Amino acid sequence: MSTKHANPQSEQPLILAFCCHYCAYAAADLAGSMRLQYPDNVRVLRLPCTGRVEINYIMAAFERGADGVIVAGCLEGGCHFQEGNLRARRRVERAKVLLGEAGLEPERLEMYNLSSAEGGRFAEIVTGMSERVTRLGPSPIKPDPEQVKSGMKKMDQEAQAQLAAAPSGCCS
Amino acid sequence: MIVADRKKVPEIRDMIAKHNKVLLVGCGTCVTVCLSGGEREVGILGSALRMALRLGGRPDVTVDECTIERQCEDAFIDILAQRVAGYDAIVSFGCGAGVQALAERFPETPVYPGLNTQFIGILESQGVWTEKCSGCGNCRLGEYAGICPITRCAKKLFNGPCAGSRGGKCEVNPELECAWQLIYDRCKALGILDKLDAIAEPQDWSTGLDGGPRKVVREDQCIAGLGPKA
Repeated sequence: MSTKHANPQSEQPLILAFCCHYCAYAAADLAGSMRLQYPDNVRVLRLPCTGRVEINYIMAAFERGADGVIVAGCLEGGCHFQEGNLRARRRVERAKVLLGEAGLEPERLEMYNLSSAEGGRFAEIVTGMSERVTRLGPSPIKPDPEQVKSGMKKMDQEAQAQLAAAPSGCCS
Repeated sequence: MIVADRKKVPEIRDMIAKHNKVLLVGCGTCVTVCLSGGEREVGILGSALRMALRLGGRPDVTVDECTIERQCEDAFIDILAQRVAGYDAIVSFGCGAGVQALAERFPETPVYPGLNTQFIGILESQGVWTEKCSGCGNCRLGEYAGICPITRCAKKLFNGPCAGSRGGKCEVNPELECAWQLIYDRCKALGILDKLDAIAEPQDWSTGLDGGPRKVVREDQCIAGLGPKA
């Protein structure tokens, strides 16, 4: 199948959302329970805390075909790990600088804060980001889907080779 | 440790404008600790560089990354030797010494700096590094209660303070602590204020950088018959 987007079902942009387990992920769950509608082009990736987000995760997401990236953490002052969301915000700001230097619109990346009770706000965030990224158009660095597939196959082969080469008994 | 800061992505992109296969080499020592040239930072810069090249109409350029334990020693650089053969150019994310060590080891491969080496310093607080040593080759910290007037006094005064010391801050930069205030306070706390009564002798700058690059030789460590490496 040949399509400009990595999301073959539609011409919608592909958005990756790094969601904190304690807030945004629960909010996404709540949005579902509340039967709220939001664009289906968002891929939710659950993390124990947005403090787990490294800049290279964000860069890798764009390199591998995301049109937009959301980092959604707890309300400021409400982080389960005290300051993970504050660190995430600073990393997002630095990633924006790097994206700008590389020539990609920094607006494709955004950090949001919400609580687990805000299912409606999660739907709003995703809808807003989807509209924003649609306005910006597909990411100009989006790789060819076939290239992504072959890259993933190569990574899988490398991982298998590493597992095979590992001395037995070192992992359980 | 040696503290460095990354170069901007467009600068690195322009440096490698004539190359099609580029290896970014990180260093696992000082620049990893100061978060500028370790494995993670090289990965981030690699991603940004690939994006910049793709957006700049050069999507076919290959940019790969690897990080070695230490760029300033041949024994560690040797690990790279086979890999480097397949690349047109190297961008070193080591300090200036690392860049030059790679250039010496691989005379046929262009080597570019990915970092701006700044100074010898310490981690002041998380994410903040400050300069502490100028590497003058003639350490006199013992005379100044462990605070270096060469590095930390903006005027490099050996017999300070000057009249520009105000409320413990330097007149050159109000955010800068006056090194001589620090020296005075520390001497007082240690009960050695009398050290400051003597007029300090001028520094012997012959050990400094002005005479060209310096060399330290440990004869007992040199391989017999070969002498120190030129």
